[in-house]
Amino acid sequence: MQSRLNPASLVICEYCDAVYSRTPLKRREKAHCLQCGSELYRNARVDIDVMLALTLASAIMFVIANCYPIVELNMSGLSNRATLWDTLLFTLDSNVGVIAVFAAASAFFFPLIQILLFAYVLIPLRAGRKPRAFIGAMHALREMQPWSMVEVFMLGAVVSVIKLTAVAAVAAQIGLWGFATLTLLLTVLSSFDLQDLWDQSEALDA
Amino acid sequence: MNNSSRARDLKLISCHACGLVLDNQEELRHSRCTRCDEHVYTRKPNSLSRSWAYLIAATILYIPANLLPIMLTTKMYNTLSSTIVSGVIDLWQDGAWDLAIIVFTASVVVPILKLGLMTFLLISTQRKSTWRQRERTKLYRIIEHIGHWSMLDVFVVALLITLVHFNKLALVQAGPGIVAFAAVVVLTMLSSMSFDPRLIWDTDEPKSSTPPDNGQTNG
Repeated sequence: MQSRLNPASLVICEYCDAVYSRTPLKRREKAHCLQCGSELYRNARVDIDVMLALTLASAIMFVIANCYPIVELNMSGLSNRATLWDTLLFTLDSNVGVIAVFAAASAFFFPLIQILLFAYVLIPLRAGRKPRAFIGAMHALREMQPWSMVEVFMLGAVVSVIKLTAVAAVAAQIGLWGFATLTLLLTVLSSFDLQDLWDQSEALDA
Repeated sequence: MNNSSRARDLKLISCHACGLVLDNQEELRHSRCTRCDEHVYTRKPNSLSRSWAYLIAATILYIPANLLPIMLTTKMYNTLSSTIVSGVIDLWQDGAWDLAIIVFTASVVVPILKLGLMTFLLISTQRKSTWRQRERTKLYRIIEHIGHWSMLDVFVVALLITLVHFNKLALVQAGPGIVAFAAVVVLTMLSSMSFDPRLIWDTDEPKSSTPPDNGQTNG
């Protein structure tokens, strides 16, 4: 190659290493790799207002989902109800305590930290500045993403309810609806590409 | 098909964390991203051996995960133990076929698919196969996105043991199989995360004018 291209105008497919030069996209357009078909980038501007709104809604829903019981079970006059934390503490005391540690991380701590970090990053970005620990927060968000499993816990709660209807009177409680809504919110929130946030934050430095 | 310019040949690296494209003219081995300070590399370090290690560990644990009971159900002094597969069969026989399909997919199909497809991807990549690279890359993307759904049974067991504890009347206890099963899911996730899909496309020597890098003697 005679002259070097400006790296900032390039995009590299993370799945097959093909190099492309970026072209502006229209709204809702996506660029796909010609070689392997993976998505390269979307119409770049992430809407910080929308992301922040989703983050705050998730925070509220997180509190609701965790404060109220998820399921109540009645059997011969006896009843048991469980919140997420009841489940975690009970499992911790059982013969499979290690499961509780995993469940606590993936269904409680990681989603909670994700919500807090999104708020920490987005509130200053919206005001036009970068938070002090921007880099660390963004790395933590990316690394936690695959281990945050609110949606799987939600489906697990639904499966448990249906399984129990065969043997006892079960009732879904507010907590279950809270988790269902939280799942939706977090799914939309994590569909935003963090790499676009990096690009946008760079514009603040310039 | 293989006519696109590749970043490796142009000595470019894209940061896996923030997507910034960096110039790697000096072929730095341990450089950091100028924007996000992450270590950048042309390929994930020791990708294939790390991916194999996690995959083999997962395959071994898959045996106790399926043989050991995941749940012990006591009803009127009668204790029944159920494994992952027998749990699905029970659901089917109870008439909850929709639920049986969901649990069967998450607990049986997805783990087997992940173990099988990762083995296939690792072997075909090691052999530098040029067979259906595009489809194999797509397989990898699918594996990457479905893996965590297998945790379904783990959450179900945790909820059931918490809800159903009415002494001798009705009691659900967890069995050791569920720990092995959770470990299988975590290990297959680590295996697919360690795999570098760009290796699927590294079927020829770098098209570069400089002598090929032998990967060991650089320091």
